[in-house]
Amino acid sequence: MAVENDKLRWIYHKMLEIRYFEEAAMETWRQKLWRGSLHGCIAQEAPAAAVCAAMEPGDYFSSSHRSHGHYIAKGLDPNRCMAELFGRSTGYCQGRGGSMHTIDTELRIFGNSMVGSGAHIAAGIGLAIKMKGTSEVVTCSFGDGATNTGGWHEGINFAAVHKLPVIYLCENNRIAVYTRYEDYAPVENLSARAAGYGIPGFTVDGTDAIACYEVLQEAVKRARKGEGPTLVEAKLYRWRGHTVWDPATYRSAEENEEWSRHDPVARLESHLLSKKLMTKDGIQDMKNEIRKIMDDAAEFAKNSPEPELTRQEAMKYVYADDELLPVGFGALASEEA
Amino acid sequence: MSVASKSVDVKTITFAQAIADAQAEEMERDSNVFVVGEDVGHLGGAFGATAGLIEKFGPGRVIDSPISEAAIEGVAVGAAFAGMRPIAEIQYIDFLAYVDPLVNHAAKFRYLSGGKVRLPMVTRLPNGCKGGNSATHSQSLESWFMHVPGLLVAMPSTPYDAKGLLKTAIRSNNSVVFIEDIKAYFTTGEVPDEEYTIPFGAADIKRRGKDVTVVAMGYMVSRALHAAFQLEGEGIDVEVIDPRTLNPLDIDTVVDSVKRTGRLVTVHQAWRTCGVGAEIATQVMENAFDYLDAPVVRVAGLATPAPYYTKLEDLVYPGIDDIANACRKVMR
Repeated sequence: MAVENDKLRWIYHKMLEIRYFEEAAMETWRQKLWRGSLHGCIAQEAPAAAVCAAMEPGDYFSSSHRSHGHYIAKGLDPNRCMAELFGRSTGYCQGRGGSMHTIDTELRIFGNSMVGSGAHIAAGIGLAIKMKGTSEVVTCSFGDGATNTGGWHEGINFAAVHKLPVIYLCENNRIAVYTRYEDYAPVENLSARAAGYGIPGFTVDGTDAIACYEVLQEAVKRARKGEGPTLVEAKLYRWRGHTVWDPATYRSAEENEEWSRHDPVARLESHLLSKKLMTKDGIQDMKNEIRKIMDDAAEFAKNSPEPELTRQEAMKYVYADDELLPVGFGALASEEA
Repeated sequence: MSVASKSVDVKTITFAQAIADAQAEEMERDSNVFVVGEDVGHLGGAFGATAGLIEKFGPGRVIDSPISEAAIEGVAVGAAFAGMRPIAEIQYIDFLAYVDPLVNHAAKFRYLSGGKVRLPMVTRLPNGCKGGNSATHSQSLESWFMHVPGLLVAMPSTPYDAKGLLKTAIRSNNSVVFIEDIKAYFTTGEVPDEEYTIPFGAADIKRRGKDVTVVAMGYMVSRALHAAFQLEGEGIDVEVIDPRTLNPLDIDTVVDSVKRTGRLVTVHQAWRTCGVGAEIATQVMENAFDYLDAPVVRVAGLATPAPYYTKLEDLVYPGIDDIANACRKVMR
């Protein structure tokens, strides 16, 4: 299947955005400009960019704790994403959610730090879509570790029973926090688990953006046609540690060396050059432009105001406005503090 | 509040029927409301609290789920995120030991999103002892949920309160945990034919009295009323307050009462340690310390898993005598 050239350039652009966003996030973290969780996704850019290329802006995305790539691929503003990492008032969640829980209702994406939980929440979104009779789909992305949680199985089973429009996208980076794949998974391919729910399962090279796009596009089509969920396993490698403060010394130099040769960004770049879809200069210009966007995002975050540092502010947004509650219910709680 | 206003037509129904009626009326009113849970459809719910819904609204809106409590709760969270108003039934509150979707998502999405997300969903939890079900089908876990900011918690004791509060819960834009004592399901009471709702955060004084304030919840309200009746003969005049919702908690009504009686007894099936009674006692101490004429007494379930044999089981939950004795104690 031929992938449209524009799509490839779009995917490449997104992958660069993700790579450079992550580098800027890590750099500013190292400079101690902010503190908080940061589960980097460098070298895991391809599936995120590919599935967003296959989806429409109105589609949903249930992300995980390793989420920045999903935020950027879905189209969130790097400035506001970065500001959220910094905990600033200009961030998507005004410093309540942070790296793992950036939530946007317009682009319909949320991060989720509870490993495996996205599977059933995404099923619920799929159920709502089906009940309303609209045509959106929802991508649910998670790591390989999630596939061993009970909620993950429950969610996929529910989605399969009701033929819900969900794309279950496993980014299998071969390590669950610090535990190696061989130590917790008895199957060669996690996509084999799809058989247990009677849904299609595919394994794809997660460093090959084109292959990812081809498989995910089919999964999106299937979901949109009402044919139910698909499980796609994208095999890749987490170049860095579990978090920014993890040096990942538990993996061998040989293994790291081997996987460093599988750079998804460089791979797509070679393809674009060899097929003459982009020129070297064009690529360099694109890189410079995106690098500047991400540097600017870091500046934006750095220069943004903090949320108001009061206890009342810290307690804002616990409850939704509700005429059914006693007058001043939330406010009363904050006066106590 | 009783259904004493004579002008309205009333009927006598069970608590379970009141729950089913509230859901049916709200599903009629709002097409975004739907029900999901184990056996809520064809069976009509393990306790009949969803009886008749599938016949009326079909399997598209009354969903018999797999035995997957995480999925039931998680699906409710996701559906609420995408604009629906789910009602999730967990067959027994004990099965919600996997509290992740409720505590980590339902209670927190709005906050984490900086106020952008609303999750209007109700989780219905059959709670407490039924009789002969043993330790993992008998627990009273309401204080778990009262403890978590971001959840509202209701715990009605009568069919009238159950129906009115559940309708409010379904219309709420928040995530509501609705605790239904299993023993209450089979009790009956009057409800008006006409539409009504009951606000959250409004306790109900079930019996007026001047000597002792008894705060009881769920099924224990009826036992507290029996105890009050017993004590009448001894010249002890007991006021029985049902908070009806635990979050928000109408502590003002309790405090006003204690200011009149000077004595407080709390009653629940749940264990004493960190139970709702402990919270109420503390708040009364904070707000009416100078009015207390005796130390607060907490009547609660014994700190043991529930035994299977019903004659043993009866011993671990507060009986009418336990409540009466507690009242006598604070009167000494």
